[in-house]
Amino acid sequence: MRSIRTSAALAVAATAALTVAACGSSSSGAGSGGASNSGSSVTLTWWNNATTNPLKGVWQQVAASYHTAHPHVTLQIDPIQNEQFTTKIPLALQSSNPPDLYQQWGGGQEATQVKSGKVMNITKLVAPWIGQLGSAAEGWQVNGQQYGIPYDLHMVGFWYRKDLFAKAGITSPPTTLAELNSDVTKLKAAHIVPIAVGSKDRWPDAFWWEYFALRECSTDTLKAAMKAINVSNPCFLKAGNDLKAFMATHPFQSGFLGTASQQGAGSSAGMVANGKAAMELQGDWEPGVMAPLSTDKTLNSKLGWFPFPAVTGGAGAPTTLLGGGDGFSCTTGATDACAEFLKYIDSPSVQKKLVGAGVGLPANPSAAPALTDDTLRQILSYSHASPYIQNYFDIAFPTNVGQAVDNAVANFFAGQGSPETIIQTVNQAASTS
Amino acid sequence: MVSSTDPPVAMAVARASSTAVAAGARPPQAPPLRRPRGLRRKLELTLLLGPALALFVGFVLAPIGIAIYYSLYNWSGFGPLSDFVGVHNYKLALSDPVFRSAIAHNLTLAALSVIIQLPISIGLAMLLNRRTRGRSLLRLIVFAPYVLSEATTAVIWSLMLQPGGFVDQFLKAAGLGGLVHLWLADPNIVLYTLFIVITWKYVGFGIILLLAGLQGIPAELHEAAALDGASWWQTTRRIVLPLLGPTIRIWAFLAIIGSLQLFDVVWIMTGGGPANASVTMATYLINRGFQSYEFGYASAIAVILFIICFVFSLAYQRFALRRDTRGALTRAVG
Repeated sequence: MRSIRTSAALAVAATAALTVAACGSSSSGAGSGGASNSGSSVTLTWWNNATTNPLKGVWQQVAASYHTAHPHVTLQIDPIQNEQFTTKIPLALQSSNPPDLYQQWGGGQEATQVKSGKVMNITKLVAPWIGQLGSAAEGWQVNGQQYGIPYDLHMVGFWYRKDLFAKAGITSPPTTLAELNSDVTKLKAAHIVPIAVGSKDRWPDAFWWEYFALRECSTDTLKAAMKAINVSNPCFLKAGNDLKAFMATHPFQSGFLGTASQQGAGSSAGMVANGKAAMELQGDWEPGVMAPLSTDKTLNSKLGWFPFPAVTGGAGAPTTLLGGGDGFSCTTGATDACAEFLKYIDSPSVQKKLVGAGVGLPANPSAAPALTDDTLRQILSYSHASPYIQNYFDIAFPTNVGQAVDNAVANFFAGQGSPETIIQTVNQAASTS
Repeated sequence: MVSSTDPPVAMAVARASSTAVAAGARPPQAPPLRRPRGLRRKLELTLLLGPALALFVGFVLAPIGIAIYYSLYNWSGFGPLSDFVGVHNYKLALSDPVFRSAIAHNLTLAALSVIIQLPISIGLAMLLNRRTRGRSLLRLIVFAPYVLSEATTAVIWSLMLQPGGFVDQFLKAAGLGGLVHLWLADPNIVLYTLFIVITWKYVGFGIILLLAGLQGIPAELHEAAALDGASWWQTTRRIVLPLLGPTIRIWAFLAIIGSLQLFDVVWIMTGGGPANASVTMATYLINRGFQSYEFGYASAIAVILFIICFVFSLAYQRFALRRDTRGALTRAVG
């Protein structure tokens, strides 16, 4: 018995020594890049979500051309599948060598990450040029300080099929909730599913409640709610009641609770792409999601876009948009070269490349002319006319509160809870964040 | 996260390997040794036990300890752990209706596994144990779903179960259109739909285990029973089932632990929805941990899940598996 114990101790000691040795060598190897000065050569590790073309190719080009112009800066691209960021970022920011540059959606999620102390405050470094982006950059601020920058913007609105609208006798897209309701009735009469929604993913449900809140709440109320992380203002309850009334008309496909939003022909995107549903409340990225789900080569010409309709009596401007964007943050281990590179990403030349690749709407308005798709131009002009663009609530709020919004609204879609429970759940999550 | 609940299994493996090591060190060594026996023995144990022990300590015991530590804090996963809340996270979890329903779902699935999967597995195993034409092919077909990864299984079934999908069309074609349901969208039946998918996936594994058990039953016993005029049912009831006992008990252990830790299939097919109707402890854990960034709270969930699995494993080994492992494990260790 005793001998076993001693050898066990020996074994642990031996392997522990080996493990420590192995870990030690790897961390010192990786750390050599970020710590050097801007004068000597620098390697920036760059985590982005471009695992497929065209964006993957664009970032490779951008990295190569930046290296050509600044030979001392090398970018090491590490494409990571989009959903993996939620698990990888917390771990990376707790570790001693996070990536120098990583995907950032801004808002409260960014604020949560800033708590780690590993996200670089780039306010001063980007000050000379950040004005070019206009108010879009505000979404990547925490307490007025810039901790990230956007490289593209996204807007949520209705994608609809012109052919199905025509079939149901609808001549123009609805501009008010009453018109939307009557269009739903017309489409149903023509045996067409009026609206597809991917409730399985929860966040598409949340878009609905959020948009009703955008119509019921004034811009000031929305801003205050985001800042205070509190949705107690009665307008949010009105939004829930609006949603309740709207859902009572049964506008969605049968079995929408089990429908995914983007995967397969049976997803909400697939339904619209294949003419199985007439509308979907989704982001400007949707045509790109739909294209591979359908064999219809002329799909793009059949799709139209209109903003979320006005709600009578609501305090919110009918032109307010729900949106967001993609961006990047630098970490504290990275040098000023990282912020310099962000400037390059938002420069008109790179922005035009991104727009040309159909990635999204440009963060830098000067690249707008490069947008060729008519519908996207329409969305962009609409966003320029919008008095306020509200970030998706699940990004704008701290992560746990944002998820509480998604969960509560999804439960409401499934018939669980009431407009009041949405408010309670969200406020309760806020009290623990 | 889910692997933190593996210790019972890992422990059993570690125990088994330690006895194996002890046995392996014993064979008589003919030539006299130059070095003292004791040192050599120590060296052998160090080399053989060391890596496994280090992995076990580093990847099982340490994470459990760290999870317990995290579970005492309100922590978003970023920055230092500063907000000590004691057992508040545990109280919160146990009073949360969603987590309670998650536990209920896991227990339901575990019970259904034993009540429904076991008879199916035994029946099919006995059928496949008979000498019939194409027996190997049939065995292969039954076992095939187990070979598929859980992600693949979940994606395939999601497609088949979508409204108007393969399952609905099949039922309609078979004149059973009345049975068509919103398989994954109806909160009242989604858990049972998932159970069918899980059964489809895992029944092959049970059958293979039980087939091995059946082959271990000496043919002489069947012959003797036949000579004594025992009926098929009597043979099954008095000879086959009792001798299958150890296999059944091991299968039930694996099935229940698997049900308690169920994650992949549920996560991909429903994400725990709609309205948490199919939430399991593991999906709840991932939702609150890696989606909501409530790592302190999620750690508390992980610890609770671990305790449930651990207590169950200990009790099961103590009471159900004891007679199967007597002399092999229980005495050497305990």
